[in-house]
Amino acid sequence: MKMRLDEQTIALRAAKEFEDGMIINLGYGMPALCANFIPEGRTIFFQSENGVLGYGQLGTDEEKDYELINASDQPVTPLPGMCFFDSGISFDMIRGGHIDMVILGAYQVSERGDLANWGRPGRPATGMGGGMDLATGCKKLVVMMLHTTKEGGPRIVRQCTFPLTAKNCVNKIFTDIAVIDVTQRGLILREVAPDWTAEEVQGLTEAKLIFAEDLKEIEL
Amino acid sequence: MPVKKIFASCDDAVADIFNGATIMIGGFGSFGGLPINLIIALAKQGAKELTIIGNQGGVGFELSKRIKPEGYQDIGLLYEKSQVKKFIGSVPALGGMPPTSPLETFYKEGKVEIEMVPQGTLAERIRAGAGGLGGFYTPTGVGTRVEIGKEKKVINGREHLLELPLTADFALIKAHQADTLGNLVYRGTARCFNPIMAMAAKMTIVEVDKIVQPGELDPESVVTPHLYVRRIVEVPR
Repeated sequence: MKMRLDEQTIALRAAKEFEDGMIINLGYGMPALCANFIPEGRTIFFQSENGVLGYGQLGTDEEKDYELINASDQPVTPLPGMCFFDSGISFDMIRGGHIDMVILGAYQVSERGDLANWGRPGRPATGMGGGMDLATGCKKLVVMMLHTTKEGGPRIVRQCTFPLTAKNCVNKIFTDIAVIDVTQRGLILREVAPDWTAEEVQGLTEAKLIFAEDLKEIEL
Repeated sequence: MPVKKIFASCDDAVADIFNGATIMIGGFGSFGGLPINLIIALAKQGAKELTIIGNQGGVGFELSKRIKPEGYQDIGLLYEKSQVKKFIGSVPALGGMPPTSPLETFYKEGKVEIEMVPQGTLAERIRAGAGGLGGFYTPTGVGTRVEIGKEKKVINGREHLLELPLTADFALIKAHQADTLGNLVYRGTARCFNPIMAMAAKMTIVEVDKIVQPGELDPESVVTPHLYVRRIVEVPR
């Protein structure tokens, strides 16, 4: 078995996309880990849809305050300049195009950048939360996901079969074996995990990948 | 002489909630901003056939231990007691949790109806209800199953969906402090859905950590003006 990146390492790689001064919203689950990997020297303002802008790292056990949480129900730490607001204002920010980058988890992404991240077979009551608003309103949508299902099936597909979050919204995908750009031309494979070849990544991807001319190993 | 708004207990404050009532419940997830003492009182009071409007459907006590080791009560209590006919919200059940939350279980058994609403649309429908508006157009949900049955309109070259307002008979709200008139301030992310729901119900009932005298809250910091608040219960932490 070839090595795949663990969740922390995918978060570390995704966080390298953070540019100084960006307003960023991290989705439920794996994306929330990115708060711990801000590249040195950059100031990032994390917005969470439950009504906070400018929180710090995830809280440790000693400093947990359940009235300072992110949208994944995880306690976070306060930072100077942090502010709070209600859910109405929070989604004005999100829908109104005031968030620079959103990172969401996904069950499936299609070759056109359609996202399916909230419903799956056998779970009729799981909801979309703020995902549809985030995917509709943000300037750049990044997805963090495992490249294949538990059974080894593809998650990057020609057409999503799970319920959609939004159409044609994903800009970039970080998985445990690849970094992929979603473009007008199609899906461009930019980086592969150590010891993986582009062909091996394509073998686990239903959608057609275009191999970048400067394809390289994932930079950590 | 202003109406007296202070109630001695959560039980007293929810005593007249009737069968079939529509109730907004503040908070975001299943803790941190949830008016849990009012929820427990409502579970004890026993009103049935309720429509609950809330962001998340709750996880119930057993699953809550996966989030907070000691566990906690949440809206799950109301389904467990078969008090709920319908849930309107954005996260009836969490995808990352096993499918055994009380709401998901009862939904699968056909005992509860669910109306799933994107979170931003939920917040705006509540604000529309609070502000006396007939609805609004949003791009959220276009091209997904959320658009089914809704009027579509192209505005500035982009497709939008018509969404309608939400109001309620009661709102159960958690705030940090109230003065005796009912002005409210909140704490941290416990604010979330509370201020907008407080404005959208006929009868807004608030539990607070502390009640203070008029003049003790900085008027510049008041989030919910007192005219929205009808009942206040102090539950010291």
